[in-house]
Amino acid sequence: MRVSCTINGEPRHADDVWEGESLLYVLRERLGLPGSKNACEQGECGSCSVYLDGVLVCACLVLAGQAEGSEVVTVEGLAAGDDLHPVQEAFVEAGAVQCGFCTPGLIVATHDLLARNPSPTDPEIREALAGNLCRCTGYEKVLDAVRLAAGRGLWTATGDPSGRGLPSRSGAPGTRGGDDAGPRAGEAGT
Amino acid sequence: MEFLQPRSLPDALAIMAERPDAVPIAGGTDVMVELNFDRRRPEAILDLTRVPELGAWDRSDGGVRVGAGVTYTRAIAELAGDLPGLAIAARTVGSPQIRNRGTIGGNLGSASPAGDCHPPLLAVGAEVEVASAGGARRVPIDEFFTGPKQSALEPDELICAVHLPAATGPQQFAKIGTRNAMVIAVCSFGLALDPAGGRVGTGIGSAGPTPLRAGEAEEFLEGVLSSEDLWSSRAPLGEAAVARFGELVAAAARPIDDVRGTAAYRSHALGVLARRTLGWAWDEHRTGRS
Repeated sequence: MRVSCTINGEPRHADDVWEGESLLYVLRERLGLPGSKNACEQGECGSCSVYLDGVLVCACLVLAGQAEGSEVVTVEGLAAGDDLHPVQEAFVEAGAVQCGFCTPGLIVATHDLLARNPSPTDPEIREALAGNLCRCTGYEKVLDAVRLAAGRGLWTATGDPSGRGLPSRSGAPGTRGGDDAGPRAGEAGT
Repeated sequence: MEFLQPRSLPDALAIMAERPDAVPIAGGTDVMVELNFDRRRPEAILDLTRVPELGAWDRSDGGVRVGAGVTYTRAIAELAGDLPGLAIAARTVGSPQIRNRGTIGGNLGSASPAGDCHPPLLAVGAEVEVASAGGARRVPIDEFFTGPKQSALEPDELICAVHLPAATGPQQFAKIGTRNAMVIAVCSFGLALDPAGGRVGTGIGSAGPTPLRAGEAEEFLEGVLSSEDLWSSRAPLGEAAVARFGELVAAAARPIDDVRGTAAYRSHALGVLARRTLGWAWDEHRTGRS
């Protein structure tokens, strides 16, 4: 089947997609976007993290057809040409890249964290990156990189300091019910 | 393999009537793993993410109807006030990426004994709304889980929603794993206190062929709380009563040895979780602070 979606701002389509194929496979093997890494294929490692309609997801757990008509942003969509995104710059400066395999997923997950929470606490950083595994065990430098990126104060409530913007979070089907259905302040425990 | 993507619930149910072999998929956090690892090759796959009826939740009759497609992330953000037990359990699921995709209906559909939503649903006596092209029915949560990864869902039915009473008192959930994130529970426990009704609800996860309630523990604690008038006095619970509650919860489990833990460890840990969550919940009842 054919799958069409917007990827990093460009309309793209892939033909001859097998119906049981993941979005990750489409990105890497059919559309030449190998930045999202293929490791665990079960949502455990986070190295394939991408945005799907503004929501951080593991591309390996999205069925290709589920992305039809959606907006996808991969790690390739964060840098502007040769100009690294501030999150990427922070990872380089902090030495948060060892073998580099987990880095794309960590970059996208960090981008999502800082877009939602420009000044995260250490526990908030740890929780936000809990689904991204680094087998070089370079987590301390990763934490340094996130603090560095956050500390530059580039992030605002409107999100991406690169100014290029990301799709809004409109992906969830349906509407929130209830006449008083707004998000609640109380956190749900730890 | 056929990829089917209905845009409404009636369309989805019509497909299930014709193709009961179709495998429903929502967040994909279970189904995609089976596809990626060649464990499953269904003839047809039914994508539910474009069915708007499944993605909504609303309040009605003192309760909340949570659409099957509501994700864990949304449960945490939107339902913590009405359904604190479910929201706490949702917060323990996977990682942000998994919580953004995984759904409450999917958790029920997989019917894993370790599913994190199940203990809080058991603790409040939820009902699962399922439907086929022939109509809808509600299955009490006690009757929904029929075996490991097996449920009362008929082949042509879809899970549409789960109905829960809004919380009238403290609710808690805790689980044991090797780390805080990304773990399948070694065992888990949900507790709901209902001061208005004088009721105590429990749910045990990952310590039996299905999620279980600890009925004797519920009755014991209800008896203590009412006979000593503790609901209204809000006095501290006696140590002996807390210890006995833990013993009865542990005794209600039917655990096995497996890769995640031994039966003996699970029973022991459940007693600890029961005492711990009761302590948290009772403190909240006494102080009014969560």
